[in-house]
Amino acid sequence: MSVSAPDIPAKTKRGFRLDLKTVGPLLALALLVLLGISLNENFLSYNNLTNVLARSSFIGIIAIGATFVITAGGLDLSVGSMAAVIAGVMIMVMNWLIPTMGIGWGVVLAGMATGILLGGVAGTFNGMMITRGRIEAFIVTLGTMGIFRSLVTFLANGGTLSLNFQVADVYRPVYYDGLLGVPWPIIVFALVAIAGEITMRYTAFGRYCAAIGSNEQVARYSSINVDNVRLLTYILQGVLVGVAVLLYVPRLGSASSTTGVLWELEAIAGVIIGGTTLKGGYGRIWGTVVGVVILGLIGNILNLQNLISPYLNGAFQGVIIILAVMLQRGRKNA
Amino acid sequence: MSSAEGTLAPAVLSANRISKSFGEIPVLFSIDFDIKPGEVHAIIGENGAGKSTLIKILSGIEQPTSGSITYDGETVTLPPDGKAEAMGIVLIHQELNLAEHLTASESIFLGREIKRFGFLDLGAMRSKAAELMDTLHVRVDPDDRINTLSVADKQMVEIAKAISRDARVLIMDEPTAVLSVAETQTLFEQIRRLTARGVAVIFISHKLDEIMELADRVTVLRDGQLIATVGTEALTPDSIAQMMVGRELSNLYPPKHEPDVDAPVVLGVRNLTAKGVRDISFDLKRGEILGFAGLIGSGRTAVAEAIVGLTHRTGGDITLDGKPVNFTQVAQSVDAGLAYMTKDRKGKGLLLNMGLRPNLTLLTLKKHIKGGFLDGASEDRALERAVRRFDIRARDASVAVGRLSGGNQQKLMLGKTMESEPEIVIMDEPTRGIDVGTKQQIYHIIAALAAEGKSIILISSEMQEVIGLSHRVVVMREGRLTGVLEGAEITEAEIMRYAAGIKQSGNDERISA
Repeated sequence: MSVSAPDIPAKTKRGFRLDLKTVGPLLALALLVLLGISLNENFLSYNNLTNVLARSSFIGIIAIGATFVITAGGLDLSVGSMAAVIAGVMIMVMNWLIPTMGIGWGVVLAGMATGILLGGVAGTFNGMMITRGRIEAFIVTLGTMGIFRSLVTFLANGGTLSLNFQVADVYRPVYYDGLLGVPWPIIVFALVAIAGEITMRYTAFGRYCAAIGSNEQVARYSSINVDNVRLLTYILQGVLVGVAVLLYVPRLGSASSTTGVLWELEAIAGVIIGGTTLKGGYGRIWGTVVGVVILGLIGNILNLQNLISPYLNGAFQGVIIILAVMLQRGRKNA
Repeated sequence: MSSAEGTLAPAVLSANRISKSFGEIPVLFSIDFDIKPGEVHAIIGENGAGKSTLIKILSGIEQPTSGSITYDGETVTLPPDGKAEAMGIVLIHQELNLAEHLTASESIFLGREIKRFGFLDLGAMRSKAAELMDTLHVRVDPDDRINTLSVADKQMVEIAKAISRDARVLIMDEPTAVLSVAETQTLFEQIRRLTARGVAVIFISHKLDEIMELADRVTVLRDGQLIATVGTEALTPDSIAQMMVGRELSNLYPPKHEPDVDAPVVLGVRNLTAKGVRDISFDLKRGEILGFAGLIGSGRTAVAEAIVGLTHRTGGDITLDGKPVNFTQVAQSVDAGLAYMTKDRKGKGLLLNMGLRPNLTLLTLKKHIKGGFLDGASEDRALERAVRRFDIRARDASVAVGRLSGGNQQKLMLGKTMESEPEIVIMDEPTRGIDVGTKQQIYHIIAALAAEGKSIILISSEMQEVIGLSHRVVVMREGRLTGVLEGAEITEAEIMRYAAGIKQSGNDERISA
């Protein structure tokens, strides 16, 4: 069968579309910034921008993990609930350690280690069920989403888990302070993003993720250990949820059943807006960063003006997601 | 040859001076083509000759840039997106377009369900479907799910669907590419039944003998130009092939260099048993091309996949250079110098949405890692080498390989396999669905590899290919090895006898031959 002939128009069209696809998210971001400037002169102020970025970093760090999971053809719906239960357990562990360790950084560091470890364990559980148990990722993580959410409600006895006041004081700077005026969450987000981009583009693991998401059979026939690579994406996702949570806990110093609600959808939305294909096979970390920032700016801009109700935030985010996917549809090939 | 009485009748469908350009690139130049009721008209040409574009225009999926289509004597514009079906022009795609989870009856009536009081009349559809299957002499139950059917039966369901739409022109894109010899014969019987009823059949094939057998007329395309439309009786397979490529195909197969008589056995297989195959024993010598012949489904691929560790081996022993091995993962066999090249290049061989480079190096990515990171320059060098060595043609390296022609995809896959520098290569249908020119190139590559001292297992359903290249031929039938042929025994008739089960040798006395 001759496939070469009809490809030619696709090629010419593709040049145009590919550009739009690459710069699309950046273009949207630029438009939002311009819109923000025109609506409120405070938009570009240091305080406003650091505020938006710091709030976006939790979702951003989680979304970077989600980019790997989705690129490899998977999905993790449990990240929001996972964040809540990690936050809850972290707080309990820190409160429990105070009598033995006293108030200070020792307790905080122990709490951080707990958070990252828990994230790794939760991610491993998801990954094992999916790769060894051969259950669809959607089902497994829908299940653990419920389990984690229920666990945090149970641990908090239906209420709120609060970090000891004095420890919270020690921990506070991790969210509110920073380096050279840049808050820590933004720094960590940037570091995770850079490491993620390098991993995705310049390591075998990143290449294997894309290969598996593109066609699992091809990956298997190309001697890639598909199960292990997949498992690793879920572990990475869990660890990054842990990282996000240890930046989140000092912000409020508490966790409840409403912590991290809908974070999974925001993270997935950021990934998709950034240009990663939901069915896998192609992913880019910088796109995810842009996508998450776009979502954050929409909320911010709605708050900075008074023509449109900020309660419509979700609606605008929804429109952006649908638009993003519509614009990217030209990429579909083969 | 099917009914020829239609040749005097006026054409039911014709293309008049059809040209087609995509953007600024012309792919068809002023093609005249027509088909008469009851006629079988074959379209043949190398990959990229414009065959697919022509049938897409004939079925309305693409619109011509200039020229006109005449249907029933009237100039028409065929509606796109398969709506021409309602007019009686039905295209059966190479990759059959059936929803895998529906039943045969649901598939046949998809989009034109028979209804009663607004609800589906399941009984009526079922009995109508059964009736259709009967007229086609197909043993498919209307309630069978599509995914439980063989490829051949799926094709029959497509044909039943076409008939149920009162197709007057049936266009088939390489219908026999995935069929066994027996299934092909059944298909041809169906086509003859249809033509006897006055249906006009257009079909694309790469198999010249099939065209000689079935077609009344042949249209040869080359590089978008109409080379000739000739009655089949005036043709020989050689003359068709020459028209296709525009040059003599005198040495399609390179001369055979027999391996040394005392060449060591590099791969020994004893009593291999795995899913679908039982008790397979054979030896492969260094520098040898060992052909694997047999009907589709005879278990040749299963043998290969069990050897390299893609599927679980339930019994038997495998030795590599005399040492016993047990591969449970493909990576192990690749490391040991044994590579398997799949026959399913789109489903298992290549990442269609990615460029040439990641595809080429996917199997051997570890070679391109420096300090933990991928070394793009090293990958680029590998691609440059492979492009030169295997003559892979692409506009540029970033083009998605799904857009390459079948021949170039195959050559890329060959490059990918050879990147692992294997001593033993198992090639599964290395020339399926590619044009004669590329086939010839691949044959020469295979022969050159063997001459270098590599050992090759060549699994192929094209008997000519097995005969033309192999030093010895293993024949399989229904999961068992039925014979090992060598020298003058390697003939089409002899292979067929073993493949069809007419002859069978106790394989033990022949394996070491």
